[in-house]
Amino acid sequence: MLRYVFRRFLTAIPTLFVIVTIAFFLMRVAPGGPFNQEKGLNPVIKANLERVFHLDEPLWRQYLYYLQNLLQGDFGPSYNLPDFTVAELFKAGLPVSLQLGAMALTLALIIGSGLGIWAALRQNQLTDYVVVGVATAGSTIPTFVIAPLFQLFFALTLHWFPVGGWGDGAFINKVGPVLTLMLPQLAIVARLMRGSMIESLHAHHIRTARAMGLSDYSVVIRHALRGALLPIVSYAGPAAAALMTGSVIVETIFQIPGIGRYFVDGALNRDYTLVMGTVVLIAIFTVTFNLIVDILYAVIDPRVRYD
Amino acid sequence: MNMNFKSWLVGTTMLVMGTTGAFAEVVFNRGNSADPESLDPHKTSTVYEAHILRDLFLGLTTEDAKAEVIPGAAESWTVSGDGKVYTFKLRAGATWSDGSPVTAQDFVFSWQRVVDPATAAEYAYMLAPVVNAEDVTAGKKKPAELGVKAVDDSTFEVTLNAPTPYFLEMLTHQATYPVNKANVEKFGADFIKPGNLVSNGAYTLAEFVPNDHVKAVKNPKFYDAANVKIDVVNFVPTEDRSTAMKRFEAGELDSNDDIPTEQLADLKAKFGDQVRLGPYLGTYYYVFKTDKAPWDNPKLRHAISEAIDRDYLAEKVWQNTMIPSYSFVPPGITGYETRTTEYAEMSQIDREDAAKKVLTELGYSPEKPLKMEIRYNTSENHKNTAVAIQEQLKPLGVEVTLLNTDTKTHYGHLEQHGDMDVARAGWIADYKDPENFLALCKTGTGNNYAVYSNAEFDGLMAEAAASADPAARMKKLSDAEAVGVARDLCVLPLLYYGFHTVVSNKLKGWEDNVMDRHPTRFLSKE
Repeated sequence: MLRYVFRRFLTAIPTLFVIVTIAFFLMRVAPGGPFNQEKGLNPVIKANLERVFHLDEPLWRQYLYYLQNLLQGDFGPSYNLPDFTVAELFKAGLPVSLQLGAMALTLALIIGSGLGIWAALRQNQLTDYVVVGVATAGSTIPTFVIAPLFQLFFALTLHWFPVGGWGDGAFINKVGPVLTLMLPQLAIVARLMRGSMIESLHAHHIRTARAMGLSDYSVVIRHALRGALLPIVSYAGPAAAALMTGSVIVETIFQIPGIGRYFVDGALNRDYTLVMGTVVLIAIFTVTFNLIVDILYAVIDPRVRYD
Repeated sequence: MNMNFKSWLVGTTMLVMGTTGAFAEVVFNRGNSADPESLDPHKTSTVYEAHILRDLFLGLTTEDAKAEVIPGAAESWTVSGDGKVYTFKLRAGATWSDGSPVTAQDFVFSWQRVVDPATAAEYAYMLAPVVNAEDVTAGKKKPAELGVKAVDDSTFEVTLNAPTPYFLEMLTHQATYPVNKANVEKFGADFIKPGNLVSNGAYTLAEFVPNDHVKAVKNPKFYDAANVKIDVVNFVPTEDRSTAMKRFEAGELDSNDDIPTEQLADLKAKFGDQVRLGPYLGTYYYVFKTDKAPWDNPKLRHAISEAIDRDYLAEKVWQNTMIPSYSFVPPGITGYETRTTEYAEMSQIDREDAAKKVLTELGYSPEKPLKMEIRYNTSENHKNTAVAIQEQLKPLGVEVTLLNTDTKTHYGHLEQHGDMDVARAGWIADYKDPENFLALCKTGTGNNYAVYSNAEFDGLMAEAAASADPAARMKKLSDAEAVGVARDLCVLPLLYYGFHTVVSNKLKGWEDNVMDRHPTRFLSKE
């Protein structure tokens, strides 16, 4: 198992290298540069800026600079936020996005799975229809609708929560963003769980288990759930990577200082190093969570072995 | 939800908002459209940064609540007879936030730093009137050769290339603020971090969490600290204007420098005179590519300009947050007479007829229509403006197509003078002077997107620059506008910007002004 994990980490290195290379050159294909703006710069000043950031050198050399720095764990300075290095921006923002994403995903997994199992056990009854209906609605209402509705109702009408802001991480400031992030995930998890649970309940070994006279609880939780969890686990891996690297919509609407917006802002501002840093970060998260999913598979499914 | 939980929530909210506490601090939560790119005054360029830096630093001159120039770090100054040498007497006893005195040497160091190519200051041109400034920025001379001198610790002398009547006005700009020499030398690029930064303004930097807030606290060492009534300012970046309005409504923000203009009528009904509108020193304009046929013909440029119904744009597209414009330099600059195009007072119908006639004369017809592409950068209102103009030009038989690109692409294209017909641009004054606008039409200026070049215009601008008499200078500038803008349309003025802010009734001392500048030191909160 350890050897497998080690091997997977090694194969991740060329993957990251390819991603970094493609992203680097794709970014440069976009017209304009970090120093084009509404109030245009005097050419002399622009040349000075480009020299300071090595942007006046040939592209291949800039690429080598970037790789060299990256290998030393240096993401470089941000062009548009020169007071901070990209690493400093991540250090400030990543914990925020991680917290919100992890809370949203954990809640979505627990509540969503519970609802899914409940619906599966009452297949084609009212409960089932309600859960499926709510889940479908939940996954179709976009976050940019849920978030302002939350603000209007819970913040402006009931005054239970603040409209926005991080408030140095106060609990009440997290409720809105977490709920908004959670709802679509919850809906997807509930639907996935319902489907896989129904399938699992029809499996041969479950029939055997029932024939042996095991209690309902034992059948559902011990035996059926194990098989039903696999699709959830496959879904949760990439979902975790996406949630924990932040959401531009939720962060903008709730005015949360996470890292979700850096990808979009960085791309629009041609902040090359910021975009590259975000790409690397998302790639690392994706690779890691995919690996975790594969390991969990081996834990849950007795048929899977990595030797 | 039971009452206990609810009261706990309320308690926590109050703590978070910082409204309780032993000192009963006065906290001003100030919405600011965007985060600062940098807090290094010499590396900044935007209006949002200026709002913050104006509180942290104090230039030689500064602005009062009405944005009129008043003495700042300099207590007084004298100007030589030829208008070229300014001698500033620094405020006696004024200190930095670390207690060290603000000296003339700090200004020498700071100004040399601004023009030094290694600093790559975006606004180095703010010091362009100073002897050798442009050569230093271009790397042709050493920073030490800049025309500034510390006569003694409290006397700072500046030598200019030419009398520059707006020089004192320019000194309110953040690019001319002093930084503390010892502080910059100690921390290098990190001197702007909270805890490191030493400043000489009414406030000092306490926290900067990107995308969350910049917290500034009252500087007890500020010379006028006794009259500063607000203890803490939190500059909150309000990218999402709708959220900002909700936060204002909930009392989480006391002011914001932007409002969702599409909801203006509702907002006015809801917030009454807390919604502030008024003229702002800036112009929203289009440029023709004047070195390319058929746009090299001023007659054709005027025909297009005449046919555009600016009243409609201001009223329907911009909900009256902008003002129809027929000149490049907005009104509101003392001593300057704006020169508008001659059809400014004509009715829209007459103008359309006149425009049609010109187009026919120039040989355009339904069989051979004039084709025009409008380039604009991404924004709902830029798009709506372009679409409205497209519709307005349709009856004239002009086939308008639209091309939308993101801001970086748009200005990248304009700065490289790429091929185009017409493109959108905007200009907000850095300081209150017509030259700041008209310079954009001078031959070879980087921002001269129209590639306009006219010897008569350049001549008038040069004469104005050499003129020592302020009234004569204003007259020359006015004549230059009559030639470059009213006659030749080096830019096609569409609208003057208006400020649209929301200011809580609790906030006192907020005076509307054409620069939309409001130093916190003159405000108070109930």
